[in-house]
Amino acid sequence: MRKTALFFAVLACGTVFAQNRPGAAQQAQPTSVNPVFDKYKQPDVSLDVYFDKSGSKAATPDKDGFIRRWSLLEPISKPEIRSNTLFTDSWLRNEFAHEYFEGQMTILPDDGQTVEVSIQKQAARGPQGMGMPRGMQAQPAAPEYEKVPLKWHCLDSKRYNVKLYRFAKAQSLRPTEGLFLAVTVVNAPADMTVRLAAGSNSASMWWVNGQEALLLSGDRRMVVDDGVSKAITLKKGKNIVRGAIINGPGMSDFCLRFLDESGKPVTNLTVTNK
Amino acid sequence: MKKILAAAALSAMALGASAQITGDIFIHDPSTIVRCNGVYYTFGTGSGGLMSDDGYTWRSGAVRPGGGVAPDALKIGDRYLVTYSGNYPGTQGKTHGIATTMWATTLNPDSVDYSKEELVAWAGADDDCYCIDPALLLDPTTGRLWMSYGTYFGAIRIVELDPKTAKRLEKSEPVDIAIDCEATALMYHNGWYYLLGTHGTCCDGTNSTYNIVCGRSREVTGPYVDNVGRDMLQGGGKMVLSAGNRVTGPGHFGHYVEEEGCEKMSCHFEADFERSGKSVLGIRSLLWKNDWPVAADPFKEGTFEIESERRGYALELAVDFVRINAGRGFGNASTPNESIPNQMLSDVIGDWPKGNIDVRLGDYMFRPHQRWTVTAVGDKGGYLGAPYYKITIEGSNRALAATADGELTAVPQYTGAPEQLWRIEQLIDGTYRIINEKVPGKEGKQLALVCTGDCSLTLGKYDFNDVNCKWNFRDR
Repeated sequence: MRKTALFFAVLACGTVFAQNRPGAAQQAQPTSVNPVFDKYKQPDVSLDVYFDKSGSKAATPDKDGFIRRWSLLEPISKPEIRSNTLFTDSWLRNEFAHEYFEGQMTILPDDGQTVEVSIQKQAARGPQGMGMPRGMQAQPAAPEYEKVPLKWHCLDSKRYNVKLYRFAKAQSLRPTEGLFLAVTVVNAPADMTVRLAAGSNSASMWWVNGQEALLLSGDRRMVVDDGVSKAITLKKGKNIVRGAIINGPGMSDFCLRFLDESGKPVTNLTVTNK
Repeated sequence: MKKILAAAALSAMALGASAQITGDIFIHDPSTIVRCNGVYYTFGTGSGGLMSDDGYTWRSGAVRPGGGVAPDALKIGDRYLVTYSGNYPGTQGKTHGIATTMWATTLNPDSVDYSKEELVAWAGADDDCYCIDPALLLDPTTGRLWMSYGTYFGAIRIVELDPKTAKRLEKSEPVDIAIDCEATALMYHNGWYYLLGTHGTCCDGTNSTYNIVCGRSREVTGPYVDNVGRDMLQGGGKMVLSAGNRVTGPGHFGHYVEEEGCEKMSCHFEADFERSGKSVLGIRSLLWKNDWPVAADPFKEGTFEIESERRGYALELAVDFVRINAGRGFGNASTPNESIPNQMLSDVIGDWPKGNIDVRLGDYMFRPHQRWTVTAVGDKGGYLGAPYYKITIEGSNRALAATADGELTAVPQYTGAPEQLWRIEQLIDGTYRIINEKVPGKEGKQLALVCTGDCSLTLGKYDFNDVNCKWNFRDR
């Protein structure tokens, strides 16, 4: 169906993310001549519809065990991803092994902390983000790279799933064709045998205490418990959970929880940013 | 020689895989199939669509104005309601997709008379929804009209329309019922509402992973939950149809009820490996297992026992049972085991009558008079989703045929005569009905194989609730 999106991408998408920096988005605002739309109130899609700023008090998983507190790095733009069909296991392992900044796999960032990331420059290539079908976008010129400062945001999702698309859009950043990095700290009351269960749009990889726990490859929609890791141990006290989520066109999001040995969600944890 | 055999095997495989529908079947995002004055219609993305007189041979020529994408169609009373996602005056740039409805009193392309379009659904320019792929459901329990819409971008939503005008009810606000599906559809069965959606990758030809999933709910507005209790708002969905049989990427489900117990589903396949990987119309029987819909595999030609669901006896020629003179029960365990060959047609055919032979039902003993080869007869037309078949005794041309007086016989030679052409359709419970609708003098009258006793059968009216009308094709 994404082919059909081309039709509406031309009709309806007036946003061009010419630069991956705050304030760069230009929103077209045509004048309606249709009374239906003169009355229609556009939905509020601001950040606080989807997220709260993380507080100082430790959070807990929600009643279904979903971890909602995450430190999210502004997306690393990957304009070369014109199709999710390239998300094979080996491509993803190579991509996720790439170090975009020093300490990428050890950092527990402060809210607002900035890191310098080397990313591919984005040429103005016409409408982006919503609905450009996979494999049908114009070929860019030879890529050029630039160092870009990206900021970490410590957030609590208001939903069971973390809407990365809305997170990026709220920062006026390109919400598609990007790599998102996420990290959180899960505090266990005792050593626990669990399985990490995640779903993501599109592909993702998850690590617990530096060890790979789960890879979700391919062109994927977010589905609760889509992939579940082998049994792992959450040690008593602090456990660091990291994720890398990558997507081409479409809306990125993810959800993650731990399941106990009987497959039930684990809720007796606390969740912090540090 | 090996090359020739390999080529023959490939050719046979190709026939088996593609003996479903024929003609100009190239389409993407087909609407639900509707029938108007005996002609089947389905509309696709872009303008127009396909039409067919028998449901087996299709051609282009159906007319739908507006272009746009992903239409759906529904017959309500004596009118046809068509919806699609497209442009609408004054909405450009304000929306992220829109859906409109229009009526026609006929779908005949020579006299089609679509009404003015009504705008019924839209998504805001930055909404968590992309308003395309509308799909219609007339609730059979209430008469209320519903429309789902949305795609891979955010929520799938449902709104209520007025079944008389197809305008959106003023009080009806969109309700989110799923996320990240494409090409949704709604249907009702046995107290459940079903939301079907397409997951996977579209538009990637032979590599498209598109697949059709569903959830169900006691309320039309959800929650739609899959077989493991997962809400479709959490990405849930139970598989209805995925790739296989040399086609990939099923998407855009449509439901068609032939009559009680005989249901079909339509879709497109992103790529038909027998047609250069083009996107084609697909039609399958729809089965129900524990109130979950499952697409049937296409009927595969082969040699079978045709077993009655009534007693489990097998369809056979009324000829002498010929004993195999080997083997005894209660054998001595110390003697060596030897393979006993099957009885062959050549062992018995010489004693069979040369003319017509009656048929009956009996204990299945995998003997030649009980082994029936079912072969698609593509040049004789067909019915919705499949060609007619001939049913012949394995290794011979002796063919099952209807008689003018509504009985059954096996004629010595298959000739292609109408009374030798059989419609084989899998029913919702997995059994089959076997029908002749071409008996001279009784054209159009569907005469089904019906048991009259454990050992006897005739041609009669199909009734899904009558076990005498049901058959199984068993390869054993």
